[in-house]
Amino acid sequence: MNTTPDTPKPATMIIDGRELPLEGERNVLEVARKAGIDIPTFCYHSELSVYGACRLCLVEIEGRGVQASCSIVPEPGMQVRTNTKQVRDIRRIALELLLANHDMNCPTCARSATCRLRELSERMGIDEVRYKPVHERQPKDKSSLSLVRDPNKCVLCGDCVRACRELQGVGAIDFAFRGAHSAVLPAFGQNLDTGECVNCGLCASVCPTGALTPRPEMDAVWADLDDPDKVVIAQLAPAVRVGLGEYFGMKPGSITTGQAVAALRAIGFDKVYDTSFTADMTVLEEGEEFLRRFSDGGPLPLFTSCCPAWVKYAEQFHHELLPNLSSCKSPQQMFGAVARKMLPEQMKLEGKELVIVSVMPCTAKKFEAKQDKFIHDGVPEVNHVITTTELGQMLRQCGLQLDTLEPESFDMPLGFKTGAGVLFGVSGGVTEAVLRYAVEKMRGTPLEQVDFKEVRGEAGLREAVITVNGVELRLAIVNGLANVKTVVESIQNGACPYHLVEVMACPGGCVAGAGQPHAPGPEVRRQRARAIYHNDKGLELHKAQENPELARCYREHFGEVGGHAAHDALHTEYQHRRRLHELNLEIIEGQEAEKIPVQVCVGTNCFLNGSQELLRKLTRYVENKNLEDRVHLSATFCMERCGQSPNVRVGDTHLERCTFDAARAALDERLAGIMATVQ
Amino acid sequence: MKQTTTRQFEKICEILDRYERKPAKLIPILQAVQAEYRYLPKEALAYVATALGLSPSSVFGVATFYAHFALTPKGKYVVHVCDGTACHVKNSESLLAAIRKKLALKEGKNTTDDLLFTVETVSCLGACGLAPVMVVNEVVHGMMTPAKCDEVLDKILESEATQ
Ligand code: SF4
Ligand code: SF4
Ligand code: FES
Ligand code: FES
Repeated sequence: MNTTPDTPKPATMIIDGRELPLEGERNVLEVARKAGIDIPTFCYHSELSVYGACRLCLVEIEGRGVQASCSIVPEPGMQVRTNTKQVRDIRRIALELLLANHDMNCPTCARSATCRLRELSERMGIDEVRYKPVHERQPKDKSSLSLVRDPNKCVLCGDCVRACRELQGVGAIDFAFRGAHSAVLPAFGQNLDTGECVNCGLCASVCPTGALTPRPEMDAVWADLDDPDKVVIAQLAPAVRVGLGEYFGMKPGSITTGQAVAALRAIGFDKVYDTSFTADMTVLEEGEEFLRRFSDGGPLPLFTSCCPAWVKYAEQFHHELLPNLSSCKSPQQMFGAVARKMLPEQMKLEGKELVIVSVMPCTAKKFEAKQDKFIHDGVPEVNHVITTTELGQMLRQCGLQLDTLEPESFDMPLGFKTGAGVLFGVSGGVTEAVLRYAVEKMRGTPLEQVDFKEVRGEAGLREAVITVNGVELRLAIVNGLANVKTVVESIQNGACPYHLVEVMACPGGCVAGAGQPHAPGPEVRRQRARAIYHNDKGLELHKAQENPELARCYREHFGEVGGHAAHDALHTEYQHRRRLHELNLEIIEGQEAEKIPVQVCVGTNCFLNGSQELLRKLTRYVENKNLEDRVHLSATFCMERCGQSPNVRVGDTHLERCTFDAARAALDERLAGIMATVQ
Repeated sequence: MKQTTTRQFEKICEILDRYERKPAKLIPILQAVQAEYRYLPKEALAYVATALGLSPSSVFGVATFYAHFALTPKGKYVVHVCDGTACHVKNSESLLAAIRKKLALKEGKNTTDDLLFTVETVSCLGACGLAPVMVVNEVVHGMMTPAKCDEVLDKILESEATQ
C-alpha cells in the first residue's frame, strides 16, 4: 500500500471478504476490478454512460439483495459478494438468453478470437442453451465501405449506440422497435452508408460481439498479390507498428516496425514503405499553410485534415468550417499521389500495374481511399486499405509468427521518415510535428528542444499556448468528435482563441483506431502512445524539414513546399455532404405530364435559414393560382450546397440563397415557357 | 388526393410551431403528425428530426418504440379483432382467418394494397360480454361469426364502390 502514516485511513468496503479502499470509483464494479476481481459485464464500458441492462455484473450486497454492480455507488462499509450461487444462476440464465438469439456461427465470425460473448460463455461454463430464439433472421448490412453490420449477432447491449452518441456526437445508430423486434439500426432502418455515420469504427471497437466489424479487404489484396501482372507495394501507417504485436500476443506498446516490414515482404509485397514519409510531407505542407494563414490573417483556426472521420463529420455537420480545414490530403492519400508520381519510373514497371495497399489502424481510411476525388482516370491513389488486424490475420494465414521474423528496413526513398511523421499516430502528435516546423521557421534559428510536452496528454480537449518571438500560438487538441462541439461553439460566439486545432475522431488518436487489435480500456492506449513517443526518441531525426529524402523528393518532383506542383498533387477540396439520402417529402404531386418539378431544400442549414417559410409561401402561391396539376412540389433533405442556403430547384435551374420572390419568378418563367410551346 | 398532401405539410409546420420545436415534445409532435397522415412517413420523421435538431436515428427509434405509432400506412378502415381471453375462447381466431381471407391478405401483410383495410388483433377491448368482438373504426360488432364478418366487410365494400 502506498499510504503514508500521515494520511488518514481511507474509507473501505468489503468484497468477497477482502477489505478494499474506496478511491473515488464510480461504482462497485470498478472497486472489484481494481482488486483483480473481474466481474463479467456486457453493457458496461468505463468511458460511456452506465446503461445497466445486461444483468451480467450482478453481485449480492448485504441488506440490499442482488444488484447490478455497474450501477451501484460504493459506500463505506458496504459488504459485497460477487460469486454466490444465486448470482451465478442468474448470470447463467442471462447469458443463455443472449445466446438463444445470437447467430452462433463462431468459426466464421470476424470477432471469434476476441468475442466477449464467447469468452463469457466459456468462463461461465455454458454447455447448452435451453431457450428458443425469438428474433427473425435479418440480412447483413454490407453497404458501408468501412464496416459490416450483422444484426443477427447483436445482443442489444447498446455500447455502440452510446459510443456513437456520447464520444462521437454523431448518433448514426439507435435502438429501434421493441420486444422481440428490438434492434440497433441506422435512421429509418436504412443501410449504414446512407446516413450520418462517419466510418470511425468506434462502435465496432466497443461492440462485444461480431455484430459490428471492420469491413475486410484481404481477399482483394491476396488476389493482387497473386497476379503476376501486378506490382504490389505497401504503406505502413505510424500506429500500426505499435499495435500489430498485440495481435500476436506481445505486450501492448511493443514496437514491431522491422518485423512488420519483414512480414509484408514475406507474404509477397514487392516494396514496403512508410506512411510516416508522407506524414513528414504533411507537416511541411500544413506547416506552410498554417504560417501563411497566421501572417495573412486567416481563415483561422486551421483545422487538421488527416482524420477522414473528422473530415466527413465537418462536411456533414459544419460546412461553415470547411474553409478552415487544411487543404492537405491525409498522409495516406499523399502517399498514393507521391508513389504514383515517383515509382513507375524508379521501379521500372515494364507495363505492369502498380497496386498500392495501405495498412492502417483505421476503418475510415477504407472509406477515404474510395472517394471519387482520390481516383484519377479510373486509377485510385490507394487501391486497398487493410487494418492492422487484417494484416495480422493475413500473416497468420501464412503461418507466420511476428516475433520469429528478423527485422528488416523499409524500402527507400519513401521509407525514410523522421520522428515527426511517426508522431501522427497519437493524439497531439500532428500538432507537435507541425510545431517543430513552424516554430523553427518563425524563429529563424534551429530548434534545439524539439519536444512540445504541453500538447501531449489524454484529455478529449486539450489546450496549449506556445510563445514564439513574443507572439502566442494558441492550440487545441481534440480527440473524440463530441469534443469538437466546444471549439465550434467558441467559433460561433466569435470568441475562439485558437490558431490551430487538431482533430482526431478516435479517443487517444490513431493508436486506438478501430483497425487496431481489440483493446479493452485506456491502459492499452496509453502503452501504445508511449511507444510512439519512444519511437520518435529512438530515430535519428525529429523534424520533418530535416528529412533528406523528402527534400530530394520535392527537388525532383514537386518543387517548392506549398508551391504549384505540390498543391496539385498533395492538396484537396471538401464538399458539403448530406446526412440523409434520397428522401423527398411530397407536398404537391402534380397531375400533368409536363408538370414542373420544384424542390425546396429542408436540410438542416436551409431549414435554419428559413426554407420552411419559403416552402409554405410557395405552396400557397401554387394553390392560389390553381397550379396544383402543373407543379410537382417537394421538400428534399440537403442539396449539398449548404453554404448557399436556402436552396431551391425549379426544373433544372438551381437557385442559391433563394427568396420566395426569386422562386416564384423562376416558376412563372417556366410556366410561361411551357404555355408558349403548347400554343 | 392532391389537396391532402399540401394540407398535411401545412399541418406539420403548425404542429412544430405549436410545440415551439422543442425536442422534449417529440412524442406529442409525433402523435399530432400521425393524426394527420394516419401513419408516420419517414420523410415526415426526417422533417421533424431536422426541425428539432435531433438525429434521425433517435427519432426513428422513438417512433418505432411505441406500438401506438405506425410506420406503414394504415387502411381507411382499421379492423380490430379482439384476441383477449374471452374472445379467444369463443374462437376469435376463425374470425381473423375469415377476414384475412376475404381481403386476400398475404402472410405478413396487414393492410390491403388499395389502402382500404388494415386488420389487426388487440388484446381485450373490454367488451367481453359480446365476445367474440370485432371493431371497425370505433364501431363495435359483437357476437361475431365468420359469416357476419363477411357481411360487415361487404357492406363497406359496397358503400365504397358507390362513392
Ligand atoms: S462508425 Fe462511428 S459514426 Fe459510424 S455508427 Fe459507428 S460510431 Fe457511429
Ligand atoms: S451491435 Fe454490438 S455494441 Fe451494438 S448493441 Fe449490438 S452487440 Fe451491443
Ligand atoms: S454491465 Fe452492469 S448491467 Fe450490464
Ligand atoms: S441543407 Fe445542405 S443544401 Fe440545404
